[in-house]
Amino acid sequence: MAELSNIPARLPEDLAAQRQVTSRAKEYSLMWQAFRRDPLALISLVIILFFIFAAILAPVITPYAAQGRGDPNILEKFKPPSMKHWLGTDYLGRDVLARILYGARVSLSMGFMVVIIAVLVGVPLGAVAGYFGGWLDNVIMRITDMFLAFPSLLLAMAIAAALGPSFTNAMIAIALTWWPWYTRLVRAQVLSLRERFFIDASRSIGVSDLTIIRRHVIPNIMTPVLVQATMDIGSAILTGATISFIGLGVQPPTAEWGGMISDGRIYFIERPWFAGSAGMAIFLIVLAFNLIGDALRDAADPRTRRIVT
Amino acid sequence: MYCQGLHGSLVSHANPDNRRENRMRWFDYLLRRLIMAVFVLISVSVITFFIARVIPSDPAAAWVGSHPTQELIAKARLQLGLDRPLWVQYLRFMGDLLRGNFGVSVRTHQPILNDTKAYLPATLELVVVAMIIAVIIGIPLGVLSGARKGSWLDHSTRLIAIAGVSLPIFFLGLLLQLTFFGKLGLLPLGSRISNDIALNHPIHVQTGFYLVDSLITGNWAAFRDASVHIILPAFALAIFDIGLTICMTRSSMVEVLNEKYILAARASGISERAVLFVLALKNAIIPTITVIGLSFVYSLTGAILVEVIFSWPGLGSYVTNAVLSIDFPVIVSVTLVVTVFYVIINLILDLVQAALDPRITLN
Repeated sequence: MAELSNIPARLPEDLAAQRQVTSRAKEYSLMWQAFRRDPLALISLVIILFFIFAAILAPVITPYAAQGRGDPNILEKFKPPSMKHWLGTDYLGRDVLARILYGARVSLSMGFMVVIIAVLVGVPLGAVAGYFGGWLDNVIMRITDMFLAFPSLLLAMAIAAALGPSFTNAMIAIALTWWPWYTRLVRAQVLSLRERFFIDASRSIGVSDLTIIRRHVIPNIMTPVLVQATMDIGSAILTGATISFIGLGVQPPTAEWGGMISDGRIYFIERPWFAGSAGMAIFLIVLAFNLIGDALRDAADPRTRRIVT
Repeated sequence: MYCQGLHGSLVSHANPDNRRENRMRWFDYLLRRLIMAVFVLISVSVITFFIARVIPSDPAAAWVGSHPTQELIAKARLQLGLDRPLWVQYLRFMGDLLRGNFGVSVRTHQPILNDTKAYLPATLELVVVAMIIAVIIGIPLGVLSGARKGSWLDHSTRLIAIAGVSLPIFFLGLLLQLTFFGKLGLLPLGSRISNDIALNHPIHVQTGFYLVDSLITGNWAAFRDASVHIILPAFALAIFDIGLTICMTRSSMVEVLNEKYILAARASGISERAVLFVLALKNAIIPTITVIGLSFVYSLTGAILVEVIFSWPGLGSYVTNAVLSIDFPVIVSVTLVVTVFYVIINLILDLVQAALDPRITLN
């Protein structure tokens, strides 16, 4: 240990980094232990799992699957909530619960897909920018700045309008405004990681740069990315609903929560149940993702982690 | 809490150097930020150009609108110069913009610049009132929950803050309408002013801000009516900012209250209220100012949805209608106008922040 004492300032960090490399599984298990002590986070997890299963099993759960897919049933329109229709029926007589369940498929996949695309684009770009530096860094970060200069909702609206209204186009439009945040986050992480011992060590024994990025850099920055992604799924669902609310997302008769609010808005004062149910669904799921993201961040940070071992 | 990360990035500590060196650095910083802003504006125009002319499979068809005929499309193609190389098209696009020629709306057949001038004050008025509400509610609550960390007040403000960012703003608008118009009958459903006031006590438009215009012309009936109309939409818009202001003020108060000079002030018997709202707040408010500025910028886009819900005749309603009728020139112009605002406010914020807080590094 004598020769290491020359660089005491870097030592604790590097030890931490090495420990992370050798036992990342343990790190995640510590995170989980802290996470599961947060009752709000656990309730949120249950809510999210509930929505995911409900979305997958929608045709099995509801007796009104055809209405969930969009078939009108004019004879029963504007029925308030009852035993037959738990959340009532909408302006075309469709069972609102069935619409919510089918809408969950669209909203949840929108949230997950946007974040997955943003991570897949943003993380490698940020890692490359931070690791190599120089002109490559400059080019990537200036492009990032360009996208961040726009108000993101407006940019997404403009792109979605240019591409034409549909689920895929709305998803692309939102993801295009989302990836720069990951590039920025990852680049900052990589800049500090780059100075660590084990990266130098890998380089000195002749490991190629791309292998270092793939094997050592990206796995070590995944925790903040994971935390950010969790919180972002909620915001992405919200943005997706917003785009649909404006009329640029999924087109009728496919159910989508933002679209349901848009449809029910003119009836809201007299018959609040169908726009209201969709609004509550968005609120619940976004709140759940935000609370989980909060708890994950606390759990990922050793300073705020409440460890009882 | 969701603002923790933000706080860390806003305040970075540096050693205070001597004054002259600081001033040199300040100019250096100003220059660099100005160059950056110009660069950003140019790139914004490039991206906007791509959205308008390159992404749509047929921009000429999009230009013509919802009922295209072959002749109209061919005419539009020539008119837009779509037969020219891309860079020529971009230069023409930029030349028009710089001369203030934003084009003509496909839907209203009005010059977009005139429309924008008419709608912009309505949006700004809404956003400014929302900011005022956010400051009046957010800062005191933030100070108190920072001072009583862990109390019920602290917990409930945390809940309000996190609910505020989870609730879709357009749904919140509907809930407010249902409560205050539908159930209580206290406030109007929407729009900027009642029809009978507009007829009997018309506002002489000078600034375009109804509250200001009616006030300076002494038109009290219109002032009262405009105030009543702006409450719900401004409050809907403010919820997000209230949450942000609360948690920003809270976290910097917690930091400041740990300082020794606060202990000294308390020891010398200064009243708790003065300690909190004068001594501590003075130092805690800098990050809050930045956040308020940032949320002003966010509110410009949040206003789009609030305006739709409350039939507020601003840029948001304008652009939403444009989106629905595929009115491309309007979409592009509004995106550009709002983004220019966005970039400029961000620039001003950075400069104000750097001027107010000597701890901020100017690199």
